[in-house]
Amino acid sequence: MSAITREDVARLAALARIALTEGELDVMAGQLSAIVDAVAVVSSAVDEATPATSHPIRLENVYRQDLVGASLSQAEALSSAPAAQDGQFRVPQILGDEQ
Amino acid sequence: MNQQMEFMSFDEAMQRFDPVFGIEVHVELNTATKMFCSCATSFGAPPNTLVCPVCIGLPGSMPTLNKKAVESAIRLGLALNCSIASMSRFARKNYFYPDLSKNYQISQYDEPIDYDGYVEFELDDGTEVRVDIERAHMEEDAAKLTHVGGAAGRIHGANYSLVDYNRGGVPLIEIVTKPVEGMGERTPEVARAYVAALRDIVRVLGISDARMDQGSIRADVNLSLRRRVEAGQDQGAVPFGKRTETKNVNSLRAIELAVRYECERQAALLTAGQPVVQETRHFHEDTGATTSGRSKEEAEDYRYFPEPDLLPVCPPAKWVAELRASLPELPARRRRRLQAEWGFTDLEMRDAAGVLDLIAGTVEAGASPAGARKWWTGELMRTANEQGISPEELPVTPGDVASLEQLIAQGTLTDKLARQALAGTLAGEGPPAAVVAARGLAVVGDDDALGKAVDDALAANPEVAEKIRGGKTAAIGAIVGAVMKATRGKADAAKVRALIEERLS
Repeated sequence: MSAITREDVARLAALARIALTEGELDVMAGQLSAIVDAVAVVSSAVDEATPATSHPIRLENVYRQDLVGASLSQAEALSSAPAAQDGQFRVPQILGDEQ
Repeated sequence: MNQQMEFMSFDEAMQRFDPVFGIEVHVELNTATKMFCSCATSFGAPPNTLVCPVCIGLPGSMPTLNKKAVESAIRLGLALNCSIASMSRFARKNYFYPDLSKNYQISQYDEPIDYDGYVEFELDDGTEVRVDIERAHMEEDAAKLTHVGGAAGRIHGANYSLVDYNRGGVPLIEIVTKPVEGMGERTPEVARAYVAALRDIVRVLGISDARMDQGSIRADVNLSLRRRVEAGQDQGAVPFGKRTETKNVNSLRAIELAVRYECERQAALLTAGQPVVQETRHFHEDTGATTSGRSKEEAEDYRYFPEPDLLPVCPPAKWVAELRASLPELPARRRRRLQAEWGFTDLEMRDAAGVLDLIAGTVEAGASPAGARKWWTGELMRTANEQGISPEELPVTPGDVASLEQLIAQGTLTDKLARQALAGTLAGEGPPAAVVAARGLAVVGDDDALGKAVDDALAANPEVAEKIRGGKTAAIGAIVGAVMKATRGKADAAKVRALIEERLS
């Protein structure tokens, strides 16, 4: 029932900016297929009368009131930045286009 | 890429093709704090000072949902005649770009909070249009990028970019229309009027600053063309063409221009037998043109999945009912009510469209609707146009106009004098009554003074007086003119005429 091909893994890896070697693509395709097959067992437990659900737990969100709290200082915010300039994060040249 | 492309005139394009459009409008909410953290949303703070571990995406931080933002989303949904989902959910939209620190944006995907609504509005000529709303969903805004180096801060050729996360995480609502068909050559106008109607609704709800010029309302315009069918055939049966999405069209005028431009461009391509590329395009305010953005198909794969850090949003029916009951009067309904109350014709209502609030304020301050309309749609709108400002920005308040009307009604001012008083107010000389006092504009209402002026004029023009006595009533005008001149225009002409007739009968 394996649905995950080597091409699927290559595509996902590219989208997720993960560099995989040729060998790793084979390994991942096999492992991901095994995981998907394992999860697919769930489908044997449901029939057409079972409503679709995207969350396993019937819990509801709890709200936060719209009250301003503490923020970091600029220095704290930038303290882990690989590069900073003029109080801003400095990032390498962006190829491609704005989203 | 398409620089040498030929264009088809808009009229010809519309003869050959039927445009279909859809608009996505992002509204930035005016909540005090961000969508998922308690950092302030204030504008203009030093960079990266309104940030915390949540909105700069530090590992281990968890989002907490702003109740006020959800409330605004529900109120907007209700105002757009949407159904409010009893359970909606957040989703991760994955993409890599430094304006998102987490490499995903928390948005909503297949379970938005508002769905299946519509907006009704009027075009300039009074034509009623209805645009159906597919959905409105909540999401977080991205950070502000500044591209450094290269030409004029453009991304192409930039050496590096600077990121300010203050705006990252500010609550947004994205409103998505269903495809709008059958508008033909009025498509650009309908697109513009829709966004204007949305802006007005958002403004009345008070959920956003609603300033397009400051980016608190931003629009993306989708447009495609399909072959126009022969008369009698079903246009709806022709499938939609390939569409383009023009991003960040940020003024009402720009929306009209962008739609028009894409109609002309796509019509030329299709007529030449070339395909329209499904892509993102950028609108250029200076030229009114759109240019191709990214068309890398892979970049469009956002791999949405349910946000595991947030639970479903389940607004209780009672809360939704309370919000529905407390909605303010919406613009379209208000317009209908005011028209009925004021007894304006459709044409008068259209003329008053840009100054409706000012007329309403003037009527509230005691003026007659007709009087208020006359000043605001006439003298004042003209002055504002001449100065290139909106009527609201004139140094005249609705109260000033109401007091001007009152001065006319009392007989203190004639129409002509009222114009002079208004000119004084516009020139910064204070409210009308003060201008009247300072400039000595009041009508000579004192019967003795006016009577003396009439006597003087008759004495100075004995031959005219004789003609009038002899029945030549047309000659009265000459004496009226002399009295007006003597009082420097501050007399009521009808009254002067009556006094002359009284003396010579």
